[in-house]
Parts: sequence; structure tokens; C-alpha cells
Amino acid sequence: MTSRAALVLEDGSIFRGESFGAPIDGEGEVVFNTCMTGYQEIATDPSYGGQIVTLTYPLIGNYGIAHAHEESRRPWIAGLIVREYYADPSNWNSHGALGPFLQRHGIPAFQGIDTRALTRHLRARGTLRAVMVSDAVGIPDAELVARARRVTPLSEKDLVAQATIVKTVEWQVEPASAAGKHVVVVDCGIKENILRSLARRGVRITEVPFTASAADVLALRPDGIVVSNGPGDPARLTDCVATMSALLTSRVPIMGICLGHQILGQALGGTTSRLPFGHHGGNHPVQDTRTGRVHITSQNHEFQVDPDSIDPKTGFYVSQINLNDRSVEGLAHESWPVFSVQYHPEGAPGPQDNQNLFDRFISHCEKAQ
Amino acid sequence: MNAGNVRKVLVIGSGPIVIGQAAEFDYAGTQACKALREEGITSVLVNSNPATIMTDPGVADVVYVEPLTVEVIERIIARERPDGLLPTLGGQTGLNLAVELSDAGVLDRHNVRLLGTPLETIRNAEDRDLFKRLLQSIDEPVPPSGTVQSLAEAQTLRQEIPLPLVIRPAFTLGGTGGGIARTEEEYVRIVERGLQASPIHQVLIERSLEGWKEIEYEVMRDSADTCITVCNMENFDPMGVHTGDSIVVAPSQTLSDKEYQMLRSAALKIIRALRIEGGCNIQLALDPNSSNYYVIEVNPRVSRSSALASKATGYPIARVAAKIAVGRRLDEIANAVTKKTSAAFEPALDYCVVKIPRWPFDKFPSGDHTLGTQMKATGEVMAIDRNFEAALQKAVRSLEIGGRSLAWESPAWRGPVNDRLWDQIERATDVRLWAIMAALRRDVEPVEICRRSGIDPWFVRRLQRLVYMERRLLAESLTPELLREAKRLGFSDVQVGTLADRLPEQVREARDQWNLRPVYKMVDTCAAEFEAATPYFYSTYEEENEALPDTGAAALVIGSGPIRIGQGIEFDYCSVHSAWALQQAGVQSLMVNSNPETVSTDFDTSDRLYFEPLDEESVRDVLENEGLSRTSVITQFGGQTAINLAEPLAHAGATLIGSDVEAIDLAEDRRRFEDFLAHLGIPQPPGGAVTKVEDALVIAENIGYPVLVRPSYVLGGRAMEIVYNADELVRYVTAASDVSQKKPILVDKYLEGREVEVDAICDGDDVLIPGIMEHIERAGVHSGDSIAVYPAQNLSPEQEAALIDYTVRIGRALQVKGLMNVQYVVFQGQVYVLEVNPRASRTVPFLSKVTAIPMVRIATWIALGRSLQAQGYHTGLWPKQSLVAIKAPVFSMAKLVGVDTYLGPEMKSTGEVMGIDRTYLAALTKALLASRASLPKDGNLLLSIADRDKPEALPLIRRLTELGFGLYATAGTARLIEGLGVSVLGVARKLREGHPNVVDLIEQGRVQGVVNTVTGIRTPTQDGYADGFDIRRTATERGIACYTSLDTLRAAIEAIDDSERGYSVVPLVEYLDSVEPATAGDRSSR
Repeated sequence: MTSRAALVLEDGSIFRGESFGAPIDGEGEVVFNTCMTGYQEIATDPSYGGQIVTLTYPLIGNYGIAHAHEESRRPWIAGLIVREYYADPSNWNSHGALGPFLQRHGIPAFQGIDTRALTRHLRARGTLRAVMVSDAVGIPDAELVARARRVTPLSEKDLVAQATIVKTVEWQVEPASAAGKHVVVVDCGIKENILRSLARRGVRITEVPFTASAADVLALRPDGIVVSNGPGDPARLTDCVATMSALLTSRVPIMGICLGHQILGQALGGTTSRLPFGHHGGNHPVQDTRTGRVHITSQNHEFQVDPDSIDPKTGFYVSQINLNDRSVEGLAHESWPVFSVQYHPEGAPGPQDNQNLFDRFISHCEKAQ
Repeated sequence: MNAGNVRKVLVIGSGPIVIGQAAEFDYAGTQACKALREEGITSVLVNSNPATIMTDPGVADVVYVEPLTVEVIERIIARERPDGLLPTLGGQTGLNLAVELSDAGVLDRHNVRLLGTPLETIRNAEDRDLFKRLLQSIDEPVPPSGTVQSLAEAQTLRQEIPLPLVIRPAFTLGGTGGGIARTEEEYVRIVERGLQASPIHQVLIERSLEGWKEIEYEVMRDSADTCITVCNMENFDPMGVHTGDSIVVAPSQTLSDKEYQMLRSAALKIIRALRIEGGCNIQLALDPNSSNYYVIEVNPRVSRSSALASKATGYPIARVAAKIAVGRRLDEIANAVTKKTSAAFEPALDYCVVKIPRWPFDKFPSGDHTLGTQMKATGEVMAIDRNFEAALQKAVRSLEIGGRSLAWESPAWRGPVNDRLWDQIERATDVRLWAIMAALRRDVEPVEICRRSGIDPWFVRRLQRLVYMERRLLAESLTPELLREAKRLGFSDVQVGTLADRLPEQVREARDQWNLRPVYKMVDTCAAEFEAATPYFYSTYEEENEALPDTGAAALVIGSGPIRIGQGIEFDYCSVHSAWALQQAGVQSLMVNSNPETVSTDFDTSDRLYFEPLDEESVRDVLENEGLSRTSVITQFGGQTAINLAEPLAHAGATLIGSDVEAIDLAEDRRRFEDFLAHLGIPQPPGGAVTKVEDALVIAENIGYPVLVRPSYVLGGRAMEIVYNADELVRYVTAASDVSQKKPILVDKYLEGREVEVDAICDGDDVLIPGIMEHIERAGVHSGDSIAVYPAQNLSPEQEAALIDYTVRIGRALQVKGLMNVQYVVFQGQVYVLEVNPRASRTVPFLSKVTAIPMVRIATWIALGRSLQAQGYHTGLWPKQSLVAIKAPVFSMAKLVGVDTYLGPEMKSTGEVMGIDRTYLAALTKALLASRASLPKDGNLLLSIADRDKPEALPLIRRLTELGFGLYATAGTARLIEGLGVSVLGVARKLREGHPNVVDLIEQGRVQGVVNTVTGIRTPTQDGYADGFDIRRTATERGIACYTSLDTLRAAIEAIDDSERGYSVVPLVEYLDSVEPATAGDRSSR
């Protein structure tokens, strides 16, 4: 095997490997994810828009792909980097291998790369822009690096607009429960397991595009509102922040997840900033600041709500923090039925330990009347 | 519960090493004691096993080396007044004792609180009915099953659940006495055996889930109800094989995230329902064709799996469990690896870990090799790499089964695929992995192998990939690209050389030339997300090397690999102490080992840990990475494994410190050694080395029968026998010729005398003898299986002087630099040398403990160039302590079906205990008590004594009747007894001569002990032997004492005579005359 493919970072580092995805070039910012399972969920998570994902677990493709593992209609990652890809999956639920799946959707993927070395590099340097060149043979290094430096930074891309649904959709939930509450979900690039988690609890769901105004949302007479996860820099989403501010005054219960949490933070007058290399994994300990109890969470975010930017006068407080770096993991209001989490209570991939947050949200919806 | 109100904690150790309970509990206990110290809590430790680090000064605050019985522990509790008891670190032994202590009212009486796991939880997890009910109450699925206490109940249940059925006895180690029944007859037999094996006469019978995936989770929970999983593991072998006998992979490989999380959530739910505060192991079965699963078993304690999980992830489960037990929350405990984060997280692995069990079938080829629900492995190896294939191949190399790689094939498989090959694949055995490789080489489709074995296709295809690489190496010319690919799949230089027709050294040279060297990556718990300081590395063929060499002097301690019979925990003890001694001397200590169960592979034992196979290639790679010029090598502490590497490493240019290769060779080469002793004028039993039957007969005629015969290489007395006549000799030599092909067989005069063992430390000039030990069993019983007494009780001053003189002269003449062990026999007043080993012996921990001489530290410092004089020691015997310490062997024979239990020249014990007291008899009583070799208090005994032992047996028989035992006997022995004027209760018939026969007596519970001595070469075809074999096996399986040596019996009678006087229970230090400054855990000097 020859290493024809090259992952080229803006700082000049080049990692060579072999392509097993679409035979095209890709570009984006390189991040690493430490989950040991869940590559299909990661690939199809819209929050990864614009990002090349390195999986730190070295053996990828083992159990193939399955419809049950899709988090959206297609993969959103800009590319995938793994140590070793297995083309012969084994699992009763699998209907194919990862490589052909990525090829079908035009996603480049490389294997044979020392992903631990790459991860250590990213840990030290922070998230970097990069190009994936499927056939780099004969291209001078300088030329490759120059290409990497031309990649548009994530913060300059409008990624949510691509990931959101185009028009409002009403979900048919089986079994339809007449007593079920109505939840409006603002889709910034939602993971389907959020919808599945809500649906399992018997609520009626209306999914609206991220461009929906507060009036649009409230016109649907929701019992509760979920603002979803999504890709990119939250600071670009000024319209969404304004919508959130308006929704807050409605006193309808709100749950923000990931990007939704960052939007809430900004609506409260807070600021967001970039983490050195993000949080991407299924093992992050998060502590409840009031009970001291720790939960293991699934995380995928590059940005954070700055801890000191939330004014206590808003009635909101930092309800949860990350034990690793003390960053903000949750906001909650002292008395209103509004809360948000930076992590993913729906897991997928990752632990299901925080599914109870959906119960809490539903109970808010029930109490609100 | 909080840390504030626990000040003193009693920790129960797991006792001797037996199958199902090995070195992992020394690792766990040592971590726990250190953790308690960090919390400012006084630890009181009790363990009967002297070969442990945990019982060393400086680990726990107060150490008792005493038998693990309720009576002894109550005396300790009464004296120490601990406020808590930590029972979850001593394996099943610790847990069972906690239950017994509670049932006996001891805990209430002394106001001792059980820490970590509530008693109710232990009962819920251990009692099958309660466990089932608890799981049903939280909606977790359990296989259809029932619990029975009699065969009649079992027959009723049988009508409800179809065969095949799994039978598991309650409260046993490693599933002792269990099995899978596929027929009615098997069902009856296994149920009966299981009822017998269970201390509460209860067995669980359940639906067999053969072919389902077996998955384990290691879970932790604290008092704030924070729960985490440390890791999950997937068994290569599907359900049906005990997890201790399964090849295990971490993390799981064939589970999707949905399945991983489903089982993880179940595991968390279970630990919450059980209210465990600490660690817990949960075993689950997953249907390979759906998302159905069953919960199989919960171990509410630190376990073998948790030790493996700790080494596989870097997460120190035992340490964290101990802290949780005294009230700490997970988020309050620092992550010892990253130092920045807390213990409240889940490790992320960026490598693949493979564990392979180490079975004792190389020693017991006639034993039943079938793997099932009863564990048979004595130890295990672990390997880490960036893919499964490489980790697997490194693990295979780590097994040290005569250099067997995955390329090995049984001669029985020769030619096209045959039934014998399929049999090994379908019926899980110790060679199934190799059989699958053999089938793939014969172009069998993986799907067929999966169908017949139940192994997941993912694993079989990985093996197929290795077969493809074998073919490429055979067919293609070796290029840098091909070699790199082969190395990335874990092929050793030896394997590549064999396939590509080169010498291993040539492959190494090619690697050098093509710059193909392994790099070392860190086990850091977090997949490189955070900076970590753990000096814990594994090799891989990748780009970036993280183990950059340090500067300054360094020394590599070569460990002892997997625990096996003949090479046990003692050598890990020595390796650990050597690493500590290096640090104390200011030398960077490097450790290389492949055994995940041990203290030596704890990442904070040495300055750097390399988790690697102990073979020439791996150790040389490590040395080259560290720098050959600054790194010396110590081979004297890792048993035969390390000694075997001395020559090749020296040849490769490594700097060996300690005894040189010449001394080792001289001691091992029979002819040279004979000349050497003759030259020194030191007597040894006459004999010679032969390769032909005729020569053997000539030598035997000259020296006279009986003779001791053995192959010229010896590990744990393998294939050694005493033969009494020419017929037996011919049979032995003929049979042994395929044991060791061209190597000669040694024929020595068997001197049936008193065996004496001496450990010495030598610097080339001075020879310090810490102590002389005498064996209770006469020469002919392997020293590892003998009861050893310190100080020797029966030596004349002249004999003692001769022993000292010979030892000093041998040490000087061999130029030993470090430890040396000499075995002697005293025959008709004369001292003869049997064997010299210029390395650490099995008795080093025992002797260090009872003399307070830090033997390994002294030896290590000698290797570094500090003389004995400089360390304050002199030539001669160290003053005898005014105590008696007795080391007694412990066997695991009940678990090894088909293996004969008689004591002979071949070592069979798996572990040891120590009895220590002021008098010989008190020490003996405790040693027998701790090793469960005491005579029953009363009842009946079955005697079957070989003719040649009869005269000697007479006084013993008389004493037995005086003590009130009723006697059954076989015909000849009965005549002997009646000759004493004593009547027997009954004459036992031989097998096949009607009933009641010898086995009936045991099975019907009519006898509580057996005395059975044997003569002559043992082959199951001989009639008399076959009877004896069945007597011994039945007694062993029924768990009653069985004496095969009159010497052991005599000791047991002496102990019973003395039982009125009682024994003392005091901390170890109180027995010692003078106490050396704490050495073991004392690293404050660094």
C-alpha cells in the first residue's frame, strides 16, 4: 500500500495515509473525537458541518452502518480521518460498510494515519484548518500547505443555513397521545435522537427552521420549545439570539441543547468564545453545581458560553460545569422553566445517562398550563 | 458514610494463589492500602500469603500474616479494634469471610462496619435466587433458570427448561464444580458435583446461552450516586467459556454505539440497584442476531476483570474503590494519570487490548483441556497495540509456551482439514485459536468457522488477515513496505524470518536498515485529549514515539510474565522490590512485563513501565529505545523467563548486571556443573546424562535404584520422575524422548533424605545466608510442593556448618552477584548438592519476610556495584530468629479434571501460605490451617498405603486410632491395621470389584480424609495406580484432605496433638527479633 493521500494542516504538518472514502479532496477544520463507538452517528451529526473529524479510537468500521444509527439524512462531516478502516463489518443490524456509505455521499476519508500523533498535535496547537488531498503524489508540500491556508475558517461560514430543515414539519408520533404536549423544535441542524427522545415521551412535535421568528413559533401554541444543536460559530446567529430573547419573555418552557444553549447564553447578554480544541467525545464529566452529582455526558462543541458573562440579575445561573476544564455546561433560571445544556442528553453517540433532562423538560411543559 | 468517621480499617487479603484468584488481589490490596494511607486512615491487613507486596512493611500500617479464618480474624479485630472492614479487595475469599464474620456476629460484637458493599448486596449478588429477583424488580432480563438444593429439585426443574443447561454452584471460586450439560447423564453428574462444591449446597441451573456474545462492564459508584463505567470488554470466545478462560478484548469490537450504550445503561442501573459504593463487574450476554441481552453475573467487588480493566485503561479501580469505601466522592479523587482531572470520568482508549489466559496444560498434558464454565487458567497475559491483530500476536508471544507463535500447529492436524481440527474449534480448548488459524490456512471459509465455534465473524476475519499476510511473506520478496505491514499486524522477527526464509537476526538487521522500529505510545486514560504524565507504554509500528529516552543511569528489570505453576507471584514480588531498590539508589527503574494481574505492572511501581512480551525482540527493542549504553539489564528476579533472556541479550550487546551469563550456564549445564562441584570437592548424588535407553540402564545399574530421571532442562520439575526398577526406567526414557527431542535425560541416584534449601546473597567475595529452610516432605517431592520450615529444626551443627561452607564456596566460585538458591539433600548424615540456581527463588519473599532482610534490595544494590560489606552485611548465616515460620503449598487440583494430585518431583501447587509463631507446632498448625491441609477434628479416614511405605506407616496409624479416628482401608492396608490389634470400620473394595469401593466411601461422605501413597512410575493404565488415581481425584473434588506423603500426614498428626495449646495471632513484626527499617513501600527516601 502506498500512502497517496495527505491530510495537510495550515501549520505545515502533513499526515499521509490512504483514501477509503470518496476519491475527492476535502477541506475544513480538524477536530478529534474520543468516542470508541458511534462513527456513523458522528458522521451524520449536522453539528460537524465544516469539520474534518479524526477518530481517536483506531479501529473503525467494525460493525458497519445501519439506518438506526443515522442522526440526520446525510453525513455532514467535511472528512474522516482514522487509523484503520475495516471494510468487512460484522453486526446483525448492518446493511453495509462505512467506506461505500461515505463514497455515496461524497465524503473523503483517510486511513493509515497516526491519529494519536495527530490528536496530540491538535491538543497542543488547537483546532487547525486543513485540506484532505486524496491523491497528493507529486504535489509539492509547499503547494499543499498553501491550499490548507486558503481554507475558509469555520467562523466565517454560514453552516446552520445548510443544516436546518427548509420548511416546518409536523412529526407523526406513534402512538399519538391526545394528552401529549406540543413541542416546537427550532432546528439549527438537529440530531434525530433529540426528536426520538421527545417522541418516546408521547409529545406532538413541530419542527421549524432556524429562521422562524418568535411570533412564528408562538403562533404554533407550543407547550414547550426546544432549540437544537447545530454547526458553526454561535456568534454569527444574531437573528436566532433575538428570537430566543423574544421567546424568553413568553414564559413558555424552553430547553436549549448545545448550539441552543449558546444561543440562550447570548440572549441573556452573555458572550461565547472558542475552546482550544473543543469537546468531542462521550466521556465528559459534568457536575451539577448545586447537588455536586456528576454525570457522564456526550459532547460535541467548539464554542462555549463564557462563565462570567451571565449576569445573575437575569435570574439565570451556571447550573452545570465540566469537571475537566470548569467550562459552562448548563444554564438554568432560578424560577422560570427554562434551562439549557452544552452537552447532548440524547447521546448518540455516547451515554444515555442524561435522558432525564427530557423528562424534566416535559414536566415543565405539563406544569406550564 | 463519610471519611471523617473511619479511622482504622481492616483489609482482608485473598490468601494463596489458586486458580480463579491470582496476583490481581495483591495488586488491588496494595493499591487500596496506599489509598487508605493517603486518606489518613490506619490500615490493618490480614493475608496468609507471604509472597505478596501487600504484606510487606510500609504498605499497610499493621500487617498480619495469619490464616484467613473467622476465629483468627475475630482475634485480630478484638486486638486492633478497627471501625471498618473492607472485604471487597480480597476476591471471593474476602467476600465470603465478610459474610461468615457477619453471620457469626463478629462484626456486631465489635462494632465493625462493613465498608463499600453492604452485606445485603453481597447476598443479593451471590445468592442466585435473590439476584434474579432483584434484577426482575428493575426490569433487567435474566436467563430462565432455577436454584436447587437437591438432585430431586433439579429433576423437576429439568422438565421446565430444555437442554443444554448451565450448572453453577453458589459461592465458589472461578465457578468450581460447574459445567454445561448437554445430556441427561451429564446433567445429573454436574448437578451432584456442583451441590458438593457449593458451601451452601446450592446450584443455579439456567438456559445455556452458548454462541451469544459475552460482554463485561467495569462500573464504579460513589456515595453521591455518581456512576461511571471504566471500560467494557468483549470475549473472543462466546458464552459458555468462563470469562477467566476466555480471550478478552477491550474495548468491545463488534458492538454498535446503540448496543454499547444499551448494555452500559443496564450496568449502571444494576450497580445503583445493588447500592454498591466502589467497583463492580457486570457480565452480560448479547444475542448476535438481535438486541436481546441477559444479565449473567455481578461481582460486587474488585475482581480479576477489574485488574485487567485497570491495566487496559490506566484507571486504578482498586485505589478509587478503596477511597470511595471510606466516603470519598469520585469527583474528589484525583485522576492519578493526568493529575489535572478527577476520577469522575470514563477512560477513552485509543488502542486495542487483548488478554489471553495461561493454562497449566503444558504441565498437565493428560488433564482435560476442554474449556467451560469452570476456570482452569492459572494466569494471563495482556498486550496492547493499535489494532487487534498486533495485540493478539503480542499476547500469544507473551504466553511463553515454548516459543509458540500463532504459526504453531498440532501434529494431529497435519494434512487436509480433519475431525481432530474441527473438534478443537467446536469444543473450546486451550488451542482453539491455533486450530482456527490452521483451518484458515487450509482455506476453510471464516463463515464455517464462525458457525461451528460461535465466534464473531469480525474476529475470524482478523485471523484470516494474518493468514493472508503469512502467504504474502512466503510468496513475495521482503520489501520495506511488506515488512512494515507485517510488523503492523504484530508479526515477530522470528515469524517473518520463518516465512521469508531469513534468520530472525537478519530480519532485525533489515528493520534497522529500513528504519523500521517500534515507537512507544502512552496509556493515558484519555486518548491523548489531555496531557498525561503516566510512564506507561506499549510498542507499535507508528510514526510518533512518546517514550523519549531520559538521561542518566537506568536499569531494566525483566519481569516474570504470566502466573503459571512453577513461576508464580514470588517473582513479581522480586521484580517490584528490584525496581524500588533501583529508585532508592538513584537509578531510573524501567520495568518490562506482560502480566496484567501484578503489582509490577502498576504504572507507579517503576519510573517507566513497558507492557510488552518477554521475548528477545521486544526486550531488545525496549533497550534500544532507552539507549543501550545507559541502560543495564537485571535478569535475576523474573524467574526462568528472565534468566532465559540473559544469554541472547548479552549476545546482542546489552549490559547485564548481576550474575553473568557464565554463572547461569555453569549452573544449568549438567556436565559442567558436575565438574564444577567435583573440583570444589562438594558431593552431589551420582548420576549422568544419557540420550539412549541402554546408557540409562547402565548408569542406573551402577548407581542403584531408585533413580531420579528428568529432562536436562527443568522448569518446576516438569516431567521429572522417581523410578524404582529397569522396567519403569525404560518406559520413562522411551516416553521422554519426545518431551525434549535431542536434549539428554538426566539419571541421578535418588537419595531419599531430608531436603534442605538455602537462599544466599553473594557479591563475588562475601556470601550472606539469610536463612536455611528444611522441608517436611523428604527429597523427591518438588521443593515448591513441600512444606518448608524456617529455621531448619533437625540439622546437626556439623550438617549446618557443611551447608554454610558449601553455599559460601559455591557462591564465590560461581561469582554470583546477587541472589542464589541451593537445594541440598541430607542423606545418612551427609550433605549433597541437588541444584543451584543463580537467581531469585520462590522462597525469597518468605525468607525476606521472616528474617527482615531486604534480600532483593541487597541483591539489586550488589548488581549496581555496592558490596555486601558496604551495605553492612558479612559472610555467613544471619542469626536465626526466635520464631518458626512454615511455608505450605496450596493446590488448585479440584479445578483440573484428569490431573493426578499425588506429590512428586513435578510441581503442582499454584500458591503458598505461611504459618508463623513462636513454636514449631503452633506455626505448623497455622500453616496447615491456612492451606486447608489439617486433619479433620474427628470422623473417619480411608487408608490405602503402598507396600514399601507400610513399615513406616505403622506408628502413624497407631496415633490416628489413638486420636479417635475410625479407619477404612483397602485390603492390604486393612491387614496391616488389624495386625496392630485395631479393627477397621470396613474394607474398601477396589474399583470394578463391587461395592462399596474406595470411591463410594468418599462420595457417600463416609470418610473425612484420605491417606494414599503411591509407588513407581504413574501411568493410568496400571490397575493399582488407576484405583489410587480415582481415590485421589474423588477426595480432591469432594474437598477433603488427601495425604499422598507420609511426611505430610505425620506433620498433620503432630499439629493435631498440639491443638490444645493453641497459637498466637499478632502482627508480623512482633514475631521478629530485630526489625530492619521499612523497605518495601518506603519510597520517601527518593
